[in-house]
Amino acid sequence: MSEALLDVRGLTAGYGDAVVLDDIGFSIPAGGSLAVLGRNGTGKSTLMLTLMGHTRHRAGTIRFRGTEIAGAPPHRRARLGLGWVPQEREVFPSLTVDEHLIVGAKKGPWTRQRVFQFFPRLEERRRNMGNQLSGGEQQMLAIARALIANPTLILLDEPLEGLAPVVVAEVAEAIRRMMQEEGLSIVLVEQHAEFALRLTDRAIILDRGRLVHEGPSAALLESNDLIDRYVGVRVIEAS
Amino acid sequence: MVSRAMVTEAASPRAIFAEHERWRWPETVFWLAALSVVYLFPEYLTLASQVVISGLFALSLDLLLGYTGMASLGHAAFFGLGAYTAGLLGKHGWHEPLSGLVVAGLVAGAVGLVCSLVIARLQSIALLMVTLGIGVMLHEGANQAQSLTGGDDGLQGVDIAPVLGLFDWDIFGRTAFLYALAIAFLCFLAARRLVHSPFGLSLRGIKENTKRVPSLGIKVRSRVIAIFTISAALAGVAGGLLAQTTQFVGLEVLSFDRSAGVLIMLVLGGAGTLYGAFVGAALFMIAKDFLSASDPVYWYFWIGLLLCVVVAFGKGGVVGVTTRAWAAIFRRGGAK
Repeated sequence: MSEALLDVRGLTAGYGDAVVLDDIGFSIPAGGSLAVLGRNGTGKSTLMLTLMGHTRHRAGTIRFRGTEIAGAPPHRRARLGLGWVPQEREVFPSLTVDEHLIVGAKKGPWTRQRVFQFFPRLEERRRNMGNQLSGGEQQMLAIARALIANPTLILLDEPLEGLAPVVVAEVAEAIRRMMQEEGLSIVLVEQHAEFALRLTDRAIILDRGRLVHEGPSAALLESNDLIDRYVGVRVIEAS
Repeated sequence: MVSRAMVTEAASPRAIFAEHERWRWPETVFWLAALSVVYLFPEYLTLASQVVISGLFALSLDLLLGYTGMASLGHAAFFGLGAYTAGLLGKHGWHEPLSGLVVAGLVAGAVGLVCSLVIARLQSIALLMVTLGIGVMLHEGANQAQSLTGGDDGLQGVDIAPVLGLFDWDIFGRTAFLYALAIAFLCFLAARRLVHSPFGLSLRGIKENTKRVPSLGIKVRSRVIAIFTISAALAGVAGGLLAQTTQFVGLEVLSFDRSAGVLIMLVLGGAGTLYGAFVGAALFMIAKDFLSASDPVYWYFWIGLLLCVVVAFGKGGVVGVTTRAWAAIFRRGGAK
């Protein structure tokens, strides 16, 4: 078997003295995808921040494309091919859409033209600044900004949160195409368990910073018991 | 025309920057107005030179404060380094002004680079305190090193050759003003180019969301070091200009007053606009000239009041307010 794209073992991390993640382990093969489920405050976002290098690493290893990155600064992880779409989107208020897509661009198949084909709405608003965009457009821009760096693995932190239903459908479809048509690997943190499980190969569930389940997404989709116990939300309106 | 066609088709980053960088007619008006001072106010050319030099100094700070979001309370350190470098060169046998200016910029930039290695780790109050400390140290250092700097009496006997070997320094300050304006304009063009580049975009990203930038694969620390060094070098050129055009260097080039003054000029004029630096310098120096003539003791009171009013009510300083007013009038006119 070839080496995993991302291989996390015994990962313990947190903020300052507080430990938020305790002994987390999972693995994603090239082209694979992983859903990260769990209630609010169970450490899902902290896991994303830890993979990107924004928390205090205490123990364990993170191997990405064969390189140990647990001690690497965020910019080196990004250059290795980790893309991040943060939960708060964090677009730059005074940079235009075009400028967002220039500042983080790296050589590769994802060019601005292709990103615009993916999100035609962004092309219409290319001269608008980050703070002039709607929530859905900001989310698209956050994803586009990650794509333009031509990553091998994208971390998506609750990309559908707070979006209007019609926009949810649009963003969800874009994520599906990114994975199924473009073959991008993703880690998807989602409150909408059903959406995340239908899209991904495998899933993990976090509870109070610990891994309580790891297995195929399809199987978890059938397991009402586990989802009720650890995730709660089962139904989503648009998927 | 070319840029528009390209935007609708491929819109390469080059085309987008070309569009942003496109020279607009109010800019021509601005620089022609500056040049026209030679003919309109020939008796005020000494003041005008000071305005241009302070404007260039404020421009150097704008790259930090306006574009990268880093404040400094000690930027006079680099202005003063440039001034003493150019002054000492002129005093000790190197009379050619342009090369002297280059050396002034290089010396200030080199010290800026060393300082930035520490400064790049700092933010907010820590940044203010360390920059303040650097300014105070250099000021005291120059005061102590009397044999080199002349201490409190200033550096006398600075002798600068004619510019390009052609334009000799005249008592009206005509050559001084045109020389300062030409150098300031060239530095302005370079700064304008810089802020409209991918590098400049990354600086704005750092200003608006420092934590997000590394996830784009950009190392914030090296960008901060780079822009701090560039800013210090520009400040050094401004200081060098002052030394050469006045053929004297006073200890005040390193003073806290100068660091605070340049900050006030930039905020009055509008940080993050490039032009705000020059507009603020003009406003500050002309106000100072008028106010101190009528009341030599309390003139700073009015500057303080002006600062409070502009910061509290005029977002973006004079340039910000003017741009918005212009846009509002233009839009209303267009709608009718």
